[in-house]
Amino acid sequence: MLRFVLTRLMSLLATLVVASCIVFFVIEVVPGDPASFMLGINAQPDTLAALRAELGLDVPKWQRYLHWTGGMLSGDFGTSYTYRTPVANMIADRLWISLPLALFALALSTLIALPVGLWAASRRGSYADSVVMGFTQLGVAIPNFWFALLLVMLFAIKLGWFSAGGFAGWDAGAFAAMKSLMLPAIALALPQAAILTRVMRSSLLDVMNEDYIRTARAKGLSVRQVLLKHALRNALIPVLTIIGLQFSFLIAGAIIIENVFFLPGLGRLIFQSIAQRDLIVVESVVMLLVFAVVIITFLVDVAYAWVDPRLRQANR
Amino acid sequence: MKLHYSLTALVVVAVLSGSALAARTDVTLGMPLEPPNLDPTAGAAAAIDEVVYANIYEGLTRFAPDGSVLPALAKEWAIENEGLRYVFTLHEGVSYHDGAEFNADDVKFSLDRAMAEDSTNAQKGLFSNIDSVEVIDPLHVAVNLKQADGSLLFNLAWGDAVILDEATAADAATNPVGTGPFIFANWVQGDRVDIVKNPDYWGTPVQLDKATFKFISEPTAAFAALMAGDVDVFPNYPAPENLPQFDADPRFSVVLGSTEGETILTMNNGSTPLNDKRVREAISHAINRDEIIDGAMFGYGTPIGSHFAPHHPAYVDLTEQSAFDPEKAKELLVEAGYSNGLTLSLKLPPPSYARRGGEIIAAQLRDIGIETEIENVEWAQWIEQVFKGGDFDLTIVSHTEPLDIGIYANPDYYFQYDNATLQELMDTFNVETDTAKREQMLRDAQKIIADDYVNGYLFQLAKTGVASAKLKGLWANAPTQANDLTGVYWEE
Repeated sequence: MLRFVLTRLMSLLATLVVASCIVFFVIEVVPGDPASFMLGINAQPDTLAALRAELGLDVPKWQRYLHWTGGMLSGDFGTSYTYRTPVANMIADRLWISLPLALFALALSTLIALPVGLWAASRRGSYADSVVMGFTQLGVAIPNFWFALLLVMLFAIKLGWFSAGGFAGWDAGAFAAMKSLMLPAIALALPQAAILTRVMRSSLLDVMNEDYIRTARAKGLSVRQVLLKHALRNALIPVLTIIGLQFSFLIAGAIIIENVFFLPGLGRLIFQSIAQRDLIVVESVVMLLVFAVVIITFLVDVAYAWVDPRLRQANR
Repeated sequence: MKLHYSLTALVVVAVLSGSALAARTDVTLGMPLEPPNLDPTAGAAAAIDEVVYANIYEGLTRFAPDGSVLPALAKEWAIENEGLRYVFTLHEGVSYHDGAEFNADDVKFSLDRAMAEDSTNAQKGLFSNIDSVEVIDPLHVAVNLKQADGSLLFNLAWGDAVILDEATAADAATNPVGTGPFIFANWVQGDRVDIVKNPDYWGTPVQLDKATFKFISEPTAAFAALMAGDVDVFPNYPAPENLPQFDADPRFSVVLGSTEGETILTMNNGSTPLNDKRVREAISHAINRDEIIDGAMFGYGTPIGSHFAPHHPAYVDLTEQSAFDPEKAKELLVEAGYSNGLTLSLKLPPPSYARRGGEIIAAQLRDIGIETEIENVEWAQWIEQVFKGGDFDLTIVSHTEPLDIGIYANPDYYFQYDNATLQELMDTFNVETDTAKREQMLRDAQKIIADDYVNGYLFQLAKTGVASAKLKGLWANAPTQANDLTGVYWEE
């Protein structure tokens, strides 16, 4: 197990180094000078030069790359060009919205999907199963931003139960904060829940066809007992994979939802920074997301090995 | 920050404990773009002025809602030495939000800072004619000019020319301390800026106790926020297609006004084939302005025939000179030797006036035999390729600076128009101080530009705001990009 974890860690590090190169140079190659963007079309050449020097844009690209990566290793992500505040602080502020939102959405989708998937699997072919599958089909097909708009129209404009967007702030209390994350979390969670339900159901059904399940049934266990005691753990591997992928998606992919609900999260930050040519923020946030995705994949891999001892053996 | 929170809390408590029947004294404004920082002297973004101008910071002079220039921190002024010296008398008893006293030293500091070699002022050109700033006594300051300049008072009214205190200027980007009627309270980046009433304001006290600027970029989110009552007013509402719906709703009023934005189809006068006046004239006659205003702006916008705002007293209506006439346009093209048509590049920046308008113009040009290669670019690329690189034939952009006809006197400006007559005219204009003579010169300049068909003049960008019907006192027009809250109040 240790060796497995170590080799995985090495490939994780390599991924991060390659990713940092790609992120930095791709973003720097795209035309658009941050200083001339900030100062607009009436700026004079000497003003532009002064600002470039102030932002540290007057040194060669490779030097800036080394400075950037070196800084990140010590937790210093640089200073935002536009906001003039440390990028690390900005990311930390934004994470306090994006992370709870992703966790909230993930919890919702898992809490809905696992029992529903299990239930549908246990009633395979029944009327109830078809209805559930019909709904998941719909859930997969609906784009989450459109679903978000429907939620806003019903719960914010018609009923007035929630505000149409914005974040109350953790200062306003956990209840108010969670309330402002409620609609975005539902909008993010339902399509994910639909996918997860389908995966859960089909994975369980696959397992139910295995010989050892027949043996367990032949021993006299009920369908319910077999499902919970023998099938569930084996069916969880694909489900874990999807949950891992979904969590990365929820952190990185909330850009649209955060814009629909004007939540000041990471996604909105990245969106704004791209438009404002705040390159250092874009690079750092993208790198952080890469890091998050890589770490989550790593954890999912480790979780596989824990759930399925065969994977550990195979790597030896 | 702690202090700011508690200050806000205090005000909120004060508001809540007030009489429940009295009119509201807080307002939430929606803005499509968040300011990158809050220092109007260090950035070009309009969103900065939209928060701080006239609310937090003030200059020696200021813009009135109709675009005229009014005294602000300067009570009055005397013009001496044949227009080469302006002596300003400052208001007495003015203090900054942190209690520091405002005096002539701050004026010298602020103007010197804007003019300095390492200045990062986006409009440094406004101060290029200032030779020196001289403190006479705490309440009198003189500005000495290199040559007589009729635009000085106008230039000093810009947000880029506001007065800051030396002690707090360095932190102005995140913690602006000005002399205005509102005090900066709190900025939750990505979400909102809160400002509260300045109880010690030197001028007429404002009626609002608190104002919040909320940043909502998505048009659908802006719609929902207004409908749900999260936002009271969107001074520049981002989706004109919703305006009829708001207009029909008694809870809202739609506020239509004019801006300083001349929206033009810029032509590259410096390279073939657009260095040929006949081709430019042909393009101008191929444009159907009404179709563009209806199609791209849902009918909001005023047609223009030159580079000048229709609400300005010196405006001349020259739209007839470049009226829609495709037959004439085709003839002109044949005359110029392009009977087989030609192909031009058309680079479009992100705003919908450009992207939507560009599609319509492409179709109109095709009717007279001009094919366009449309390329959508982001602002940063637009500045790099079009504005600085000159790598374009056509582009669409709204020039939002007030009274900016002077750009036509600069032969290096991105459309590369070089006309000695106009350059001389603008030189005399710049030193003239008599209003009537200045206005006549502006009329002449508009005509010269229209006669040369420098660019395709489309329309003056409209300011389309949506506000709660009971909210009064907001600017309808936008002589500068600002949300001046000094006259805003709720009707009971």
